[in-house]
Amino acid sequence: MSLEVSDKQKDLSGSMGLVKPQKVVIEQPLKLACGVVLPSHTLVYETYGTLNKDKTNAILICHALSGNHHAAGFYEDESKPGWWDQYIGPGKPIDSDRFFIVCVNNIGSCFGSTGPTSENPETGTPYGADFPPLRARDWMESQRLLMEHLNISCWAAVVGGSLGGMQAMRWSLEYPDKLQHAVVIASSMKLTAQNIAFNEIARKAIKSDADFCDGNYLQENKVPYRGLALARMIGHVTYLSDELMGQKFGRDLRVGDLLQGKTEPVEFQIESYLNYQGDKFSDFFDANSYILITKMLDYFDLAREYDHDPVAAFSHAQCKFLVVSFSSDWRFSPVRSQEITDALIAAGKEVSYIAIDSDHGHDAFLLPNQRYQNALGSYLSKLADQIEGAQ
Amino acid sequence: MKHNIDFIEQWIEPESRVLDLGCGDGSLLASLREQLNVLGYGLEIDPESISSCLAKGVNIIEQDLNKGLKNFADQSFDTVLMTQTLQTLRYPHLVLDEILRIGSKGIVTFPNFGHWRTRTYLSFRGRMPVTKQLSYQWYDTPNIHFFTYADFEALCKQRNINILHRQFLTHGFPDTLLRPVWPNLFTEIAVYHLSR
Repeated sequence: MSLEVSDKQKDLSGSMGLVKPQKVVIEQPLKLACGVVLPSHTLVYETYGTLNKDKTNAILICHALSGNHHAAGFYEDESKPGWWDQYIGPGKPIDSDRFFIVCVNNIGSCFGSTGPTSENPETGTPYGADFPPLRARDWMESQRLLMEHLNISCWAAVVGGSLGGMQAMRWSLEYPDKLQHAVVIASSMKLTAQNIAFNEIARKAIKSDADFCDGNYLQENKVPYRGLALARMIGHVTYLSDELMGQKFGRDLRVGDLLQGKTEPVEFQIESYLNYQGDKFSDFFDANSYILITKMLDYFDLAREYDHDPVAAFSHAQCKFLVVSFSSDWRFSPVRSQEITDALIAAGKEVSYIAIDSDHGHDAFLLPNQRYQNALGSYLSKLADQIEGAQ
Repeated sequence: MKHNIDFIEQWIEPESRVLDLGCGDGSLLASLREQLNVLGYGLEIDPESISSCLAKGVNIIEQDLNKGLKNFADQSFDTVLMTQTLQTLRYPHLVLDEILRIGSKGIVTFPNFGHWRTRTYLSFRGRMPVTKQLSYQWYDTPNIHFFTYADFEALCKQRNINILHRQFLTHGFPDTLLRPVWPNLFTEIAVYHLSR
């Protein structure tokens, strides 16, 4: 018994420890970009650290496609910590000893906030495929309502990777006076045709599953596990790099061998790994949410309403920026981050750009990396110094 | 010996846009921001220097000068600075052109290879100079071009670059005393303010 307890304590040290999600029903109507109004919506979120008395040390963490509100610390009944535990916690780059950190599960997702699995008040059944289409700005508007609920008037920083970085950029244009810093990691001002192509293949995989039932699978008591697993397998390949897959799996076999004269089946390690990842994902993620959020990614185009001119778009921003890219990320390549940086410089905005060497592909933004940790830590520590100096 | 080049502040307008190519730990940009409230950006590739810039709150762009500066628009900065870096670049003359394409003015500093210490080192020892200013062996030095300020001025003339100001830096006896008499022999660091 004592062994088990000490193991648990070891796990928790240096982290947020045990955390619990909170839930709020936002009663203010939320008008979505598509015109539909959500009369009220539920948000599930977590906070780490303490809000200072001037309420100037709040950081908003924006999650990406499959993320959620559980960014750091542990749930009592789970052995794995939140998805960004490497970066959020006491003494970590996003330091909970100095900042009040907020992470919310965004609407349209499937971890407790209003989304396709929620009941549609008009029909009494789950929204399913009828959940209105969303844009990144809808997530931002909903986050702003949570911000009001928390009595925060300005974020010290809005931080996010991938789709999270898109939200941070959108914040900087839509509410320039409501954030001091935007940290944009492994992100892009818009998806490429190749990005959209991969997303469409994933959606097609889900829709091709007979259990998808045109998106109304919950009413039919079915779940399109196979389609969602396949969608995730496609996505997962694009989040890794060729180098890393080579190092990690190579051509290693899990089952059988390739000697001549044998008829037994052969399975490569990478096949087994991908199948496992796909199955695991389809157990906890919702197929309609996956379709909805990949479309949100496809539609995102930061400068669309600024005559497609990123410099004109960023001229509206008032905050400072940190932009981070990873060398082997081919889904949101360093070139995309350089475009953001160049546009910010041309618009006369304060920006730093860090190009991290990593062979972990797009997933690198979630994984431990000394240089990345140091850079993010140095940047935010300077910000914390300024906030604490003004107290 | 680290030379103080704070005097270049007189060549930079308050609140102007400054790009520092190879900005090191960001001290110069931090000081220019404090003194003149410039909007400054530094380019650097050394991870430790980049961390120092972030810790100072200096805008730092991780970008390799040798791979070009095409992402910066013509005349998009008031001043483009480059301190003690020209001699390390593959094509210094092309970078000089880039400096004056991007900036309306350029400020460049470099070690003067015409200094008496380097001259006597090579003349009498017959070995490539290893001095405090040029403290590397020939095989591991980042300084791949050796030139005097006279060479630099010839290059400026050839490429139609105007020299607005120049300042020669040195320290200690007898250099400080003798520099006015024979500047090329007694200048360790040359500082130039340039325009097209």
